[in-house]
Amino acid sequence: MLTQVECGLIENVKELLKAHEGLKHEVYLDNENSSILPDEVVEAMLPYYNRRAYGNPTLTHKPGWEAFETIMESAQKVATFLGCKTLEEVNFTPGETEANNLAIMGAAIPMSEKGRKIVISEVEPLSVLNVAEMLQKRGFTVAKIPVDSEGLISLEKLEQAVDKETVLVSLSTVNHEIGTIQPIKEAVEIVRGRNSNAMFHTDASDAYGKIPFNVQDLGVDLATVSSYKILGPRGIGALYVRERVNVERILEGQIGTQRLWPGVENTPLIVGFTTASELVFQNFEANRTRMQEWRDKLIDGITCGIPDVLLNGPAGDKRAPDNVNTSFLRCEGEALTIELSLNGVYVSSGSACSRRLLQPSHVLVAIGRKFDEAHGSILMKVTRMHTEEDINHTLKIVPRAVQRIRGITGSTGVGR
Amino acid sequence: MSRAPLPYNPKILELFRNPKNLGKMEDATVKAVAGNPMCGDMITFYLKINEHDVIEKASFESYGCAANIATSSIVTEMIKGITLEDAWKISYKSVAESVGGLPSIKFHCGILAVGALKRAIRKYYETKGTRPSWLEKEPSFEEKQALEEEELAKVLSKKMKLEEGKKC
Repeated sequence: MLTQVECGLIENVKELLKAHEGLKHEVYLDNENSSILPDEVVEAMLPYYNRRAYGNPTLTHKPGWEAFETIMESAQKVATFLGCKTLEEVNFTPGETEANNLAIMGAAIPMSEKGRKIVISEVEPLSVLNVAEMLQKRGFTVAKIPVDSEGLISLEKLEQAVDKETVLVSLSTVNHEIGTIQPIKEAVEIVRGRNSNAMFHTDASDAYGKIPFNVQDLGVDLATVSSYKILGPRGIGALYVRERVNVERILEGQIGTQRLWPGVENTPLIVGFTTASELVFQNFEANRTRMQEWRDKLIDGITCGIPDVLLNGPAGDKRAPDNVNTSFLRCEGEALTIELSLNGVYVSSGSACSRRLLQPSHVLVAIGRKFDEAHGSILMKVTRMHTEEDINHTLKIVPRAVQRIRGITGSTGVGR
Repeated sequence: MSRAPLPYNPKILELFRNPKNLGKMEDATVKAVAGNPMCGDMITFYLKINEHDVIEKASFESYGCAANIATSSIVTEMIKGITLEDAWKISYKSVAESVGGLPSIKFHCGILAVGALKRAIRKYYETKGTRPSWLEKEPSFEEKQALEEEELAKVLSKKMKLEEGKKC
């Protein structure tokens, strides 16, 4: 039975949805938080629900062997895209969050007798940051490497932070919020030079399929990738674990084909993730160029067309091809996301209100944005599926929405 | 119930889309501000008060989320045409009720709106140099909360400057 409060919330959301009726053009740009699947991906997944390979891959019957075959072939393909040596190095997990938790806990805890220091940066995603902080409460020390105003990690500070006690370093290849591409190869070399026993993990969820990324070229021990960030289904990702690197399970249960993640494998999602990977790598350069074109058109249109806007993160080649993150001064982010939604443009914000947290985005604060600048931030991620009409429509809607919200702000807070 | 996202009710959505009494008032008798942009919400109230201490008109400007905008707007509706004494009796709970209910995480928006209103009333009498018997000497709950938020903003600002200094 639903409580009265719950019924009220459902009614509220129905009314909110009704307020969107009649929209002629909708543009989904919140690909940081979920994504729209191309038809090819959905179609590739469907047979695996009720036509074939619906068995448990650990069992001795035809549907089980079909599932085994499918999962192994998928792992082989993802392993190739990542640049792995063997398919055993790919461990499917239910997503980026789980892969990051597995990497941090599964690598650091077994090493705790050798050392208890974890090194991360100030701008890691919460599935790295919060896990490291949790381990801090359990006796580990956590060093957070600062970043500059464009979100670039300080290699000098990294060198100072890594010592004999360090068991794990975790630095994202591309920052999830502001798109900064980090010098991971150099960072790995520095870490190896300081402590050859320390493991190196990178969350590559915003790099895989977007910038050239190869685990062997970079020399990392562990790497997280996510399906929905490349227009695959939600609920699936993978952790690359270099051969002979020790990572232990963080969950226990029935072990199947995935050594590090117990439970029944989700074959349709694994197929969806693999198909999404194939689609993105089939035309990698063309896809990247297209995303860059949309990204730059949005950034130029917003920063040149609207007064008092700040670009968060670097410009040009130092930035991921899909990332557009801007702060609109005198414009609260949650209010702006709602106004944009009512006009068919779907984005997210780093404001405290929008995130249901007490503080705005830690990434924006780390690059030196004042809180009010962070509260007014909007994050958009373009994909190869966007059209020129989508970008033009967004550039038509955003200035109007900003103007209306700034009209409500008026002189409140100005000059403070 | 802590499930996010918390969908706003139709009344809040309506006040967000078409806020009533929005904008600066040039001939206001008193203007009061509460909150800080650093905390993500700030409200300015403008009140036109007549010689009988009745609020003839009220308007607002708001830097904040949809709940902040809606609660500020509803307060200006609630106080129009009433005495300052009656306006003083308005609580954040009655504001929350008037907007059809607020998610618990948004209660502070209602509190801040009432805090700004009470600050305006107090400021009016301070300027006048009088204090009616019903006007408590001690700050009300909502005024204290507004002050607390502003203090928090100062602490955060200092902390940020310190951290900035450490980086250099």
